[in-house]
Amino acid sequence: MENLEVKIIAYGIAREIIGVFEHVMQLNPKSTLGELRALLVEKYPQLQQLASLRFAVNENYENDDFIVKNADEIVIIPPVSGG
Amino acid sequence: MMKDTIDIQLKQNSLIVSDCEQWVACPDAGGIVSFIGTVRQKTQQKEVLKLEFEAFEPMAILEMTKIAHEAIQRFGALKVAIHHRLGMVPVSEIAVVIAVACPHRKAAFDACAYAIDTLKETVPIWKKEVFADGHVWVSSHP
Repeated sequence: MENLEVKIIAYGIAREIIGVFEHVMQLNPKSTLGELRALLVEKYPQLQQLASLRFAVNENYENDDFIVKNADEIVIIPPVSGG
Repeated sequence: MMKDTIDIQLKQNSLIVSDCEQWVACPDAGGIVSFIGTVRQKTQQKEVLKLEFEAFEPMAILEMTKIAHEAIQRFGALKVAIHHRLGMVPVSEIAVVIAVACPHRKAAFDACAYAIDTLKETVPIWKKEVFADGHVWVSSHP
C-alpha cells in the first residue's frame, strides 16, 4: 500500500512551535492520529510540554485511535483559551 | 428552527452587549442572563498591552452552536446568542458576550454559566497576551 499524504494545519502556539501554519506529511498506510502524535512530538519536542494536544478532522475532535485517510486535513488544536 | 433560537458570531470589530440581549428577548422569557468577558490589564503582576484572538473559524462556529444547542436541551433555554471577538482586542474591551433567555432566572443563570465554562474548554479559539517584553499563549502550558 502507498503512503498517505495528509495536510497538517496548526493554530496558536502549535503553529509557532512547528514554524508554519500548513504543511504536508507522509504517513504509513492505516496510520492513526496516535501515530501522527508520536511523529510530531519526536520532530517538535516542545509540543510535549503543552497542557494538551488535540486533533480535529473535518471540523470534529477525534481520538488517537482515529484512522487517517489519504488527503485528510488534520488540524492540531493546542490548549484553547477563548472567552 | 435552530436559526430562530441560536445566534453565533465571530466578529473582527467591537461587540455590542445589547445586540445579544435584544436578540434573545422573547415573549416566553422571564429572565435573560448575560456574561460579558473583558480584557484584563494585569496577569500575574505583568501588564498586558493587548490581546490577540485567533480561531479555527468553521469549527469554532460549530462548537459554539453545539453549546447553544445543549443550553436549550439541558437547561430549557429559549434563545441563546454567543458573539466572540477575533483579532486584536485592547484592554477593557469585550472579548465575548453570551446571552441566554429562559422562562425562569435560575435556569438562565445555570445555562449561561454552562455556556461560558464549556466555551473555554472546547471552542478552538486561542488568546495571546502581548506584554512589553514578549507574548504568552494563555493556558498553553500546565
